[in-house]
Amino acid sequence: MKMSSFAIRNSKELLRDKLNLAFGIGFPVIILLMLSLIQSNVPVELFAIENLTPGIAVFGLSFISLFSGMIIAKDRTSSFMLRLFTSPMKAIDYILGYTLPLLPMAVLQILACFLVAIPLGLNVSINILLTVAVLMPAAVVNIALGLLCGSLLTEKQVGGLCGALLTNGSAWLSGAWFPVELVGGAFKAVAGALPFLHAVNAGRYALNGEYSRIMPELIWVFGYAAALMVLAIIAFTKKMNSDNP
Amino acid sequence: MTAIETKSLSKTYKATRAVEDLNLTIERGELFALLGVNGAGKTTTIKMLSCLIKSTSGDATIMGNSIVTSPLKVKEIINVSPQETAVAPNLSVRENLELMCGIYGHNSKRARQMTDEVIRTFSLSEIEKTRARILSGGWQRRLSIAMALITEPEVLFLDEPTLGLDVLARRGLWRIIQEMKGRITIVLTTHYLEEAEALADRIAIMSRGKLVAVGTADELEALTNTGSFEDAFVALCEGEKNYENE
Repeated sequence: MKMSSFAIRNSKELLRDKLNLAFGIGFPVIILLMLSLIQSNVPVELFAIENLTPGIAVFGLSFISLFSGMIIAKDRTSSFMLRLFTSPMKAIDYILGYTLPLLPMAVLQILACFLVAIPLGLNVSINILLTVAVLMPAAVVNIALGLLCGSLLTEKQVGGLCGALLTNGSAWLSGAWFPVELVGGAFKAVAGALPFLHAVNAGRYALNGEYSRIMPELIWVFGYAAALMVLAIIAFTKKMNSDNP
Repeated sequence: MTAIETKSLSKTYKATRAVEDLNLTIERGELFALLGVNGAGKTTTIKMLSCLIKSTSGDATIMGNSIVTSPLKVKEIINVSPQETAVAPNLSVRENLELMCGIYGHNSKRARQMTDEVIRTFSLSEIEKTRARILSGGWQRRLSIAMALITEPEVLFLDEPTLGLDVLARRGLWRIIQEMKGRITIVLTTHYLEEAEALADRIAIMSRGKLVAVGTADELEALTNTGSFEDAFVALCEGEKNYENE
């Protein structure tokens, strides 16, 4: 009851922030439309819709970090968090209460990308649903990153880190619109060590029906999701028990 | 019956002793005011008693539950109205109140009943569908206190409840607080001497983290041989002498 009440409150706070919502869902869709438009005007295949859609979906998920980080940072910097911390809610109620409302938002965001991609030429198949499921661990990575940043940073810092650094990192290092092999070297090595490229690859394999190639990529994303979630829980709990929550 | 008992409760922040060796007993149903100048240790005391921060040493019991060993039990029977208005800005007045019921474990049917009752008590019906962020400071403060009261706490901590309010809003809140007297144990911190004098059964004066004196306004005047409560307060805060055990 405690956790669900808190989760409902967080859903309302997120859904009522129309600017964030429109930007989070609208911006990736605009990028998808623009790159598709570029593709239709060049003779070589730069942005095949089958490759582009999972990439843009993973990029769009970086906005989930911004949402989760901002809501926690806003609560933390207001007296509302003091009120919550004197209530009988436990750390697990907070973590689930912040995390659960973001999962349907992530699904909505991924679906929006695919719904726009269909009229742009994406084949409709059951693999679209599989891709949505395969991209969910990437959503958890982004939610955990937001929880971690929101637990440690101020609202302004979260805006800078999650809104600028993370979205750019996820855009360039995920291979969403160009293969990282084209740059190669350290860039490729860094991209390979982070979860975004593996999430995009897993999504592409799922969409193309190359099922046996999904798990080796997804294991990276699962690893990052678990590690970041543990770090976020530790950071939040530590903050909760500190003299300056 | 004792509602709150502190036993050598202390809090140190690095080199600063914010609260030192606090020994207090507050009876059930009493409205107890903590008075002192800035940095006296009032808010730190409330934060320790409401389990928001841990004490450095000592302990306190709230209705027999230790804040050190049973903080979750304490949290179930208390509520706090923090110094700054603490509301969820994008939720309506009604939603804020129902949220509080939910996070204290009440089901949605009971939450609706409790909310209806509090909306009546605090005269919030005309703004119940308004989002908290667009309310005036006075209404937000009223909502913030209603959110503390809706869970039917046995002990209520009000930290500077009328800070920054105009005279009419302040008097309105005084009326609400007076109506609660006797039913709930209330610990109130305030900068306003007349507020403590008008509302409190007993007043504790804190200075530099220490308890200087406890008593009714009249008792404190008599203790300091002064003609007004304000003079008594100044004498107690400025004086080196500790009147606590007199």
